[in-house]
Amino acid sequence: MRKEDLETVIGLEVHVELSTESKAFCRCSTAFGAEPNTQVCPVCLGLPGALPVLNKRVLEYAIKTGLALNCSIASQSKFDRKNYFYPDLPKAYQISQFDQPIAYDGYVDITVDGQARRIGVKRVHMEEDAGKLIHTGDDIATATSSLVDLNRAGVPLIEIVTEPDIRSPEEARLYLTKLKTIIQYLGVSDCKMEEGSLRCDANLSVRPRGSSKLGTKSEIKNMNSFRAVFRGLSFEEERQKEAFLAGEEIVQETRHWDESRGITVGMRSKEEAQDYRYFPDPDLPPLAIDPTWVEDIRADLPELPDVRVARFIKEYGLPDYDAEVLTTSQRVADFYDDCVRLHADPKAVSNWIMSEVLRLLNAEGKELEETPLTPEHVTKVLKLMDEGVISGRIAKDVFEETFHTGRDPEEIVKERGLVQISDEDELGRIVAEVLEANPNVVEDYRNGKDKALGYLIGQVMKATRGKANPQMVNRLFKEKL
Amino acid sequence: MVKITDVEVEKIARLSQLELTSEEKRMFTQQLSDILTFAQHLAQVNTDGVPPTISVLDLVNVWRDDEVKEWLSREEALAEAAVVEDGCFKVPRIMDEE
Repeated sequence: MRKEDLETVIGLEVHVELSTESKAFCRCSTAFGAEPNTQVCPVCLGLPGALPVLNKRVLEYAIKTGLALNCSIASQSKFDRKNYFYPDLPKAYQISQFDQPIAYDGYVDITVDGQARRIGVKRVHMEEDAGKLIHTGDDIATATSSLVDLNRAGVPLIEIVTEPDIRSPEEARLYLTKLKTIIQYLGVSDCKMEEGSLRCDANLSVRPRGSSKLGTKSEIKNMNSFRAVFRGLSFEEERQKEAFLAGEEIVQETRHWDESRGITVGMRSKEEAQDYRYFPDPDLPPLAIDPTWVEDIRADLPELPDVRVARFIKEYGLPDYDAEVLTTSQRVADFYDDCVRLHADPKAVSNWIMSEVLRLLNAEGKELEETPLTPEHVTKVLKLMDEGVISGRIAKDVFEETFHTGRDPEEIVKERGLVQISDEDELGRIVAEVLEANPNVVEDYRNGKDKALGYLIGQVMKATRGKANPQMVNRLFKEKL
Repeated sequence: MVKITDVEVEKIARLSQLELTSEEKRMFTQQLSDILTFAQHLAQVNTDGVPPTISVLDLVNVWRDDEVKEWLSREEALAEAAVVEDGCFKVPRIMDEE
């Protein structure tokens, strides 16, 4: 048997921090970055006698997410206690959901190498976050003590668990990207992996291709970015395949992704499996979900990425690729819709947004809403180009200034005297000068070096500071050569 | 009569982070057996068609709106801490010594 004969099986557990104002079971603020232990109360400190009360928005967001992931919504649900001792968990149990998750049996569709793949979503459940530990040494292993900040304790999370349907690290990455997009469309979380509002653990096993029996899995933790997930799973996949082929036993264990060394490291295996002794939390009465409410939430769902991609292809005649890129962010997709309302050529708008807008956003590390850019800015620049007032080269410069300052592109063009030169006499004169100054290049061109023409056109652009009408310059050269 | 074993008592003690003397182990084995035996009475009741009881209270859907309210100052929050450092609860080394 060779590596190619082995199949990788991956399941992902994604924790998403919900962007509520207050915590899941008490009214402390969830704001990120506050001074340690300033957003705490008897409930999230786990003081004796304090009673939790559910934040209704947590339930609403969980239902909303369940619906967007094509899940069934439980009619009966409840909270359970997951019991374990750890210093970041003051009650010594986490409020979670065990056998009655709020949503179950859904799916997410992804596209892998042009092929549609459906990843099953086993369950979506609500739980609370733990506090934050700051270790006094380099790491937990050498620390002599640890400091506990409970501001995050009790912040609402949803955990989204897939079926073992994912077959490669690349599929895992695509699933995560899609999930993040959906959740951002819903507005239930900001999904910032670096602030920990989206976290991902994975189960991975290998088996001979064609086998329907699952192999022994390892659980991989501490992958703190999409890239880390991809790298961590790629490493673990290789490790297990090599072990399998060498006839070594794969032990069920938790493995830690070490980003700097690029490897997964086994944690000391415990004598026995964790025993969380789940039981219903007697402090939190059960939930009977009103189907009318669920339907109201469903009716309120935004246009989700898949639907939007399909509409962009159908309504605007965009290629699949454009539709995918433009819908990755809801803001960008909204922006595109608004631009198309103002401009007759959807593909030209798409090209401009994908090349210029996304390039500038990327370069600045900004989100669209953090810039002064409006749809009119884009369509005005396109119109200036269409009408031959400015060249494509100048358009990019003008747009970049608009991007930074929010100034009107027409104004910038007027003020900086950037109007394109389309005067045939004037350009003819410059073309003639360039020809005279570059006899060798002209010779090259006549000898069949087509590239030489590009150089000559470049010289005209240089002389006119980019303002020459490129089509006209091209034509003039061809006439004279 | 339900009988639980030493091994089970040791496991429960470990999960509860308790160290028991052999005397205590004997005592708890007996007590836990008695408690479970008593609870066995319930197993005799016919529960066909009765849905599992999650709560004895006749309450469902107890919730509140998503509004922030401050409660404790940091000084109050940390007042009962054994050791405080940098505004945090300080706890001893988490990992076991080798």
